Amino acid sequence: MARATEPRRLTTLWHRLPVVHQLRQSVGLQRGMLIAGLSITVLFLLTALLAPLVAPYGFAQLKDADGNFGAQQPPSAEHIWGTTVGGYDVFSRVIWGTQTALAVIIVAVVLSIFAGVLLGLVSGYLGGWLDRVLVVIADAVFAFPTLLLAIVAAIAISGGQSSLWGGVLAAAVSITVVYIPQYFRVIRAETVRIKSEAYVESAKVIGSSTSRIMFRHVLRNATRTLPLIFTLNSSEAILTLAGLGFLGFGIEPTAAAEWGYDLNRSISDVTSGIWWTSVFPGVAIVLVVLGITLVGESLNDLADPRLRTRRRASVTPAPTAEASAVPGGSLDDAVNLDTLEQTDLVDTTESEGLK
Amino acid sequence: MTRVVDISKLEIAFATDAGTVLAVNDVSLCVDAGEVLAIVGESGSGKTVTAKSIIGLLPETAVTRGAIILNDREVIGLTGARLRATRGADAAMVFQEPSTSLIPVFTVGLQIAEGLRAHGKYTRKESRAKAIDMMKKVGIPDAETRVDYYPHQFSGGQKQRIVIAMALVLDPELIIADEPTTALDVTVQAEILDLLRRCRDEFGTAIILITHNMGIVADLADRVAVMFEGTLVEEAGVVELFTAPKHEYTKKLLAAVPRIGSGGARATARTAERVASGTVNTAAPVVVARNLVIEYAGGFGRRSFRAVDGVSFTISPGEVLGLVGESGSGKTTIGRAIGGLTRVTGGSLQVLGHEMLGIKERTFKPVRGDIGFVFQDPASSFNPLLTIAQCVAEPLIVHGRAGDAAAARPRVNELLEAVQLPRGYGDRFPHELSGGQRQRASLARSLALDPTLLIADEPTSALDVSVQARVLELFAELQKQLGFAALFISHDLAVVDMLSDRIAVLYHGRLVEEGTGAEVLGAPQHPYTQRLLASLPVPDPTEQALRREHLHSLQAADLAESA
Amino acid sequence: MTTTTVPAVTDPVDPAPPAPRQKRAGNPLLRFIIVRFLLIFPTIFILVTMVFVLLRTIGDPITAALGGRLSADQLAERIRSAGYDRPILVQYFEYIGQVFTGNFGTTISDGRPVFELLLNYGGATLELAFYALIVAFLVGIPLGMVAAYFRDKWPDAFLRVIAILFYATPVFFAGLLLKLIFSVWLKVLPVAGRASTRTELNFSKLENRTGIYLIDAIQLGTPAAIGDVLSHAVLPGLALGLLTAGVFLRLVRTNVIGTLSMDYVDAARSRGVSEYRLVRRHAYKPALIPIITVIGLQIAVLLGGAVLTETTFEWKGLGFKLAEYLSARDFVAVQGIVALLAVIVALSNFIVDIIAAIIDPRVRY
Repeated sequence: MARATEPRRLTTLWHRLPVVHQLRQSVGLQRGMLIAGLSITVLFLLTALLAPLVAPYGFAQLKDADGNFGAQQPPSAEHIWGTTVGGYDVFSRVIWGTQTALAVIIVAVVLSIFAGVLLGLVSGYLGGWLDRVLVVIADAVFAFPTLLLAIVAAIAISGGQSSLWGGVLAAAVSITVVYIPQYFRVIRAETVRIKSEAYVESAKVIGSSTSRIMFRHVLRNATRTLPLIFTLNSSEAILTLAGLGFLGFGIEPTAAAEWGYDLNRSISDVTSGIWWTSVFPGVAIVLVVLGITLVGESLNDLADPRLRTRRRASVTPAPTAEASAVPGGSLDDAVNLDTLEQTDLVDTTESEGLK
Repeated sequence: MTRVVDISKLEIAFATDAGTVLAVNDVSLCVDAGEVLAIVGESGSGKTVTAKSIIGLLPETAVTRGAIILNDREVIGLTGARLRATRGADAAMVFQEPSTSLIPVFTVGLQIAEGLRAHGKYTRKESRAKAIDMMKKVGIPDAETRVDYYPHQFSGGQKQRIVIAMALVLDPELIIADEPTTALDVTVQAEILDLLRRCRDEFGTAIILITHNMGIVADLADRVAVMFEGTLVEEAGVVELFTAPKHEYTKKLLAAVPRIGSGGARATARTAERVASGTVNTAAPVVVARNLVIEYAGGFGRRSFRAVDGVSFTISPGEVLGLVGESGSGKTTIGRAIGGLTRVTGGSLQVLGHEMLGIKERTFKPVRGDIGFVFQDPASSFNPLLTIAQCVAEPLIVHGRAGDAAAARPRVNELLEAVQLPRGYGDRFPHELSGGQRQRASLARSLALDPTLLIADEPTSALDVSVQARVLELFAELQKQLGFAALFISHDLAVVDMLSDRIAVLYHGRLVEEGTGAEVLGAPQHPYTQRLLASLPVPDPTEQALRREHLHSLQAADLAESA
Repeated sequence: MTTTTVPAVTDPVDPAPPAPRQKRAGNPLLRFIIVRFLLIFPTIFILVTMVFVLLRTIGDPITAALGGRLSADQLAERIRSAGYDRPILVQYFEYIGQVFTGNFGTTISDGRPVFELLLNYGGATLELAFYALIVAFLVGIPLGMVAAYFRDKWPDAFLRVIAILFYATPVFFAGLLLKLIFSVWLKVLPVAGRASTRTELNFSKLENRTGIYLIDAIQLGTPAAIGDVLSHAVLPGLALGLLTAGVFLRLVRTNVIGTLSMDYVDAARSRGVSEYRLVRRHAYKPALIPIITVIGLQIAVLLGGAVLTETTFEWKGLGFKLAEYLSARDFVAVQGIVALLAVIVALSNFIVDIIAAIIDPRVRY
């Protein structure tokens, strides 16, 4: 049998980066999903970074040299997507809105990841009463409607006012409060699983200190599912931000552009048949969340050997192709043909991420 | 004799992450009714793939070429309803792991009946009656009530019997048994093999037995086919294969199988050496257990569980004690207690002069440098994100002998050489090494600080036979060279016999027998040891036939007693 | 062996576990129920505390709501009479006590007890959630199984993208779009509200008015009334339900694929069971159990989404009132409603967990 004797090792860093590795590995429809998601996400990031260049007007601009824009104007040459009831240019506000969305994602994710991961690690590894208390708290918060908690938190933080950074921070922190339990749960579950693996026990037998074991052995292996959770968190952050804006906790239009706020203003427009004030910001939300979630779904699929599709074998096999040399490998073991299609318990991480 | 299945020039290729792999390469086999063909091989030999292809159970990524004729019908290329009609009715499969072969949320009766209903119109009453009938035939007591039980209410051996019942329910001409007893204890294994033998003798079923265990082959098979890396290297009648193997690989395989009694000579030689060097009876023992009790607390509404119940033994410096027992005997628990991973709850356990009952981690930590531990599972013994060198250097860094992995590298290289691994392997990641190589690296890590005591918990159970032989040899050599005391835990008597100076047998947390290999294995006193020994199949068909008679007489005696 | 039946072998070294163990270690299901029930209290406690703490950080509710409109003296008077000038800890314990007796406070803006709000408007939200769940079940679960069956072929990819699309569309935007298309452009469905004013007038004449419009319409007995209620329910139900349908679809798909790759499915396949039956029967039940737990989580999503949907469609339920009180800056009402919802979520999660345990025989025996 033409078996690999010495797998050729891919030492270039480029090949070992997580997303690139998956991109090379994927096939067919899954590959299509990943590419589509990545394209949209990259477009989103670029728009956010280049907003000042792309948007024809400022987000709070009501007039220019030719006079007032006028309210509720349908799409035209000067305002390709029309104007809002307040007299702002829809297109510009949608473009500027990417910046707000990105800011919120970054702040929310940064704040919740560190706290959530650290708590999950310590709690899962040390166990005991601390763990039990934290789990009850996390489950309680986790089970509660995100938006409602976010509302309460937003009230607390901004006191009802909404400046730019006040608004962004309020949304971001309220999302954080709600998402720390999510990271906590996932990392804790992974920690508990890894805790009983032989290499952790080996480290204990050798006499490694608890902190050394936690950070060197457990943490690095527990964070492998993070990219997926990160994408879920980002998309939820945008949806929650928009939700807050829709309910009136949005950021004032003079401070920044925010899609949820624009949708709030457009409720009455819809009954009169004015569609351009709601459709464009709404589609923007949908697209961005779609893109990020597609990336997350594909990463999830590719990480799980059960779900990953592979190219069909050709009957005249070439001497084996390169083996993966990503540290830690893909999440399955080295090729063992007599146990193809390994089994695992049914996957519930997906359910925990979807709220 | 009617030919049941005829495989000719079979070729199967797969798509995997590593590219296309040819799993089966030009294999031709045949089996007649009432005959047991054993397909033997190590992992990667393609034996399971070959067997699965007979009922078309391969994943979609597989491409098959050649011909498989089952009951005068070509199987390759069958799809849909025709394939389904074959499965179960012409040939049925028994899988390795009974707990995962049964659906946890349906009763066993329903599962047995389902095979029936997939092949014809049976009413619920009819299929239920047939299910009860089958369960009786395979020896499940109280079949009428048990037919409504869920799988988790049965023991491992009974689950496997049910799986066999499911396979038999449609009266197939061929049963494919894929490592049917690997997940079971030796004593239970003997009974399942008996059951399969009955299938052949009474029902006239042809059986394809896939295994890597030569003892089972000697016990059950009529003919043997040896596969290596996808090709068929030898095929012969069972007696012929064992007495006069032709192919190099077969010879190597047979030589690598551990046999009971092989260790006797070595052990006496070793003991003689140690007596001569004067360490026996003079130096303080390395481990002393006196009425050791380890109990797991119950918790809310659950009863507590005594894993170890009053066990006493000693390990002298430089001595190898083999701890044998089946699952649930407590052997792993004892090993972990000595290694400081599990708490002792009663009695006394002295390790290197320290009393383990109530000891604090602070006190024990410096002692850890003197203890090495080798774990069972090579797949998870290493942190997948660190290189081998970093993993092996860990004890050195933790105990202050080196600053970091780079500083420790010279010593790491030394250790790798000692376990016969090239230095360059230190830069590799664990998943780039094979199972045997990983276990050797694990051994290197445990020896890093030149320990006084080495605990090896089933270190070779997950390895192929030939790889196992190498690792065990290595272990013996190193033990001789470095002179550490060792606790060797295993369920395999033959393996333990090869290496140990003394053997201790555990049963349900109690020590039932102890002595040298010659004593325990040559003239066992306790009935459990006798049964254990009798159930262990030896790789010699004629001798095994005799042993089988002996086992049956033991079982009959038991039955007469309990009646 | 010569005999055809083996003498009943009680494996001497492999004894079977004893018969049903209910009497041995206490019924495991009962134990589970008790433990789970006890967990409700800390859960509610934690959430209610969080709400309290967060809302009090901005000072007392009276100032927040009426600060601009009353003079300093009037404010101080109101604060004193409502007890907001007492030490915060005292207020806190009194609050906790009140929650556990069902008293969720009284609104500032219109002086109604929050619990009364539940009675008056809870029915509407319940009805909306009900419609949404029906949509979610009817759309999400079957499509999820179809997707698993056609795994990795184009129907599967298509369905998955649809599911993600549902998830990515904020509930209020979906609502707005639906309104735009069906109410404004096509004019086939009503724009807002739960029923036309005429129907509501008829309801008010009923003796046993439940507040749940569908039941009331059935009580009235006229097809016009029933049709009216249902036509008002379509858009909000769809908007809220499709979001959840997407979640169910993806979850069912993943879990069914997961169970399909289990050994026992392969074993069943080897006995000749058809693929169709495998997906339906064998993947179905084991995959169902995690799904039931997720339903519990989805109740939380539904409640959050209900706030947004009710606002979009002027559906006068708890969510709508919450939004109203929010814009009025009546934080006592907000606190009360949110606390109330926390209790509801905790209770419904409890029920869902019990159902999941009942279905899983491994817990029962």
